[in-house]
Amino acid sequence: MMSLITEITIFVLAAFVGFEVISKVPTTLHTPLMSQTNAIHGIVMLGGLIVIGYADDPLEKIIGVIAIAFGTINIVGGFMVTDRMLGMFRGRDRKPKQEAEAETVNPSEAGQ
Amino acid sequence: MIPAPPLALSQSSDFVTACYIVAFSLFILGIRQGTHPRTARRGNLIAAAGMLVAIVVTLSLDVIGNGVLILIGILIGTAVGVIASTRVQMTQMPQMVALYNGVGGGAAALISWSEFRHATAGGASVPLDILVPILFSTVVGSVSFWGSNIAFGKLQDIVPSRPIQLPFQHIFNGLLLAAILAGCIVLGIDHDSPSQGLYIGVLIAAAVLGNLFVLPIGGADMPVVISLLNAFTGLAAAAAGFALDNVVLIVAGTLVGSSGTILTVEMSRAMNRSIGNLLFSGFGAVTTTGGEREERPVHSIGAEDAAIKLGYADSVVFVPGYGMAVAQAQHAVKELANELEKRGVHVAYAIHPVAGRMPGHMNVLLAEADVPYEQLEEMDEANSEMPQTDVAVVIGANDVTNPAAKDDPNSPIAGMPIIEVDQAREVIVIKRSLSPGFAGIDNDLFYKDNTSMLFSDAKGAASDIAAQVEEL
Repeated sequence: MMSLITEITIFVLAAFVGFEVISKVPTTLHTPLMSQTNAIHGIVMLGGLIVIGYADDPLEKIIGVIAIAFGTINIVGGFMVTDRMLGMFRGRDRKPKQEAEAETVNPSEAGQ
Repeated sequence: MIPAPPLALSQSSDFVTACYIVAFSLFILGIRQGTHPRTARRGNLIAAAGMLVAIVVTLSLDVIGNGVLILIGILIGTAVGVIASTRVQMTQMPQMVALYNGVGGGAAALISWSEFRHATAGGASVPLDILVPILFSTVVGSVSFWGSNIAFGKLQDIVPSRPIQLPFQHIFNGLLLAAILAGCIVLGIDHDSPSQGLYIGVLIAAAVLGNLFVLPIGGADMPVVISLLNAFTGLAAAAAGFALDNVVLIVAGTLVGSSGTILTVEMSRAMNRSIGNLLFSGFGAVTTTGGEREERPVHSIGAEDAAIKLGYADSVVFVPGYGMAVAQAQHAVKELANELEKRGVHVAYAIHPVAGRMPGHMNVLLAEADVPYEQLEEMDEANSEMPQTDVAVVIGANDVTNPAAKDDPNSPIAGMPIIEVDQAREVIVIKRSLSPGFAGIDNDLFYKDNTSMLFSDAKGAASDIAAQVEEL
């Protein structure tokens, strides 16, 4: 069992890591960032997996099933929709077929 | 009733902890890859792999029971998740993220409730280092669940998106929050045998607070609310990790908490308003000073004139706003951009941080329409290029282009950073009418000498201009 002070240490360090890493995400990718963090907080589903093991009355069982379903929605839905969105972000060099002609006009001015 | 063994015991093996460390390392690596559009998709898969590790390890713990119920929960969640994520339209992403915030917060609150019942079973004493995180996760998770549902309702137009103010709302909310805190303190003092009834009372009060706290916030302030609720849900998950002594819950929840906090701060900075001001004053309600608006002449043009201005320009920048999302005009805009690029015009998109209803909303819509990400410019970059831009085309944006934010210290939006389209040589504003934007104030931009108004809906106008450019 972790001591409280160990847990607080982990929390504080994780907060610093989070701020460092996430502040580098460009605004262009803020929507996928949000849906990805939606998926990551689906981790709370693990708590549901653990507490349902002890559920011995109907109420606790119902609570547990709903919690697991909610967490799974986050995980499955969050990662899938993020993947779908990020699949749409294409650079000039990876443009789909029908725009090939438009690309030849002035590729030199890309991304200034 | 037999007192159950402490939950954490079974998780304390080094192997399990090691797997959890692998899982959260993959989350951090995944988010790090999200700093560039080229690597972000791979990053998302890395984070998903981390999640898989964490779930598989947890399922093999000896505390796992009621396997059928677990299966039912996972099947329901997977079905809903798959259907929702494949059917949602990109314009609806703010609603989707609001819902995801909500279910995550709801899961945290429910788990804490179950853990509270379990910990107090048979009148057992609950140590404070378990009880405090349970209460935190209960309250914050519940506020996030109900608040997110209201945010979803507003974005989906089920709940009116204008601010809904009840009399004495702030005082009532304040009292409610004080009552919740008092209830938690009493539960903490009585931690030898905390009252189930009082706990339920706290849970319900937090639910009411969640509803009341989002209702008075208007639609255009949603980017801030969604970010804040995102942070809440992350912190609720982290608190559940404290209660369950689970390291991966603590780290993952905290990462999400930091992300939501960063976005909240960035959004409120982009509106030049404090978070307190956003949350505690219905913006739209304050500034409906429409009476003094006098008739001023505007320069109105048609699609043909716009096509000539754009077709013979060297550089064009599009400034999209929520109106583009409402009209689903992103594909038409891209079509117009294609026509212009064929003629050798340099095209870019200038995106204000709070354009749309959530952080990055416009970027996703334009990406959907196959706009290469190199053309999506952030505000500072776009503003530095604006004086060299021939034509700025404002599509469905209003307040974020209003020069009054810079020029008029008495304006309600004074000091808000804007996309400085008035610095471009010419401005074309595509808009259905002269009606004011969300802030309820007139936009001086419309009356400037170098501004032309094209009164039409965004989608139709963009298609018409594209057709005209093709014929030049």
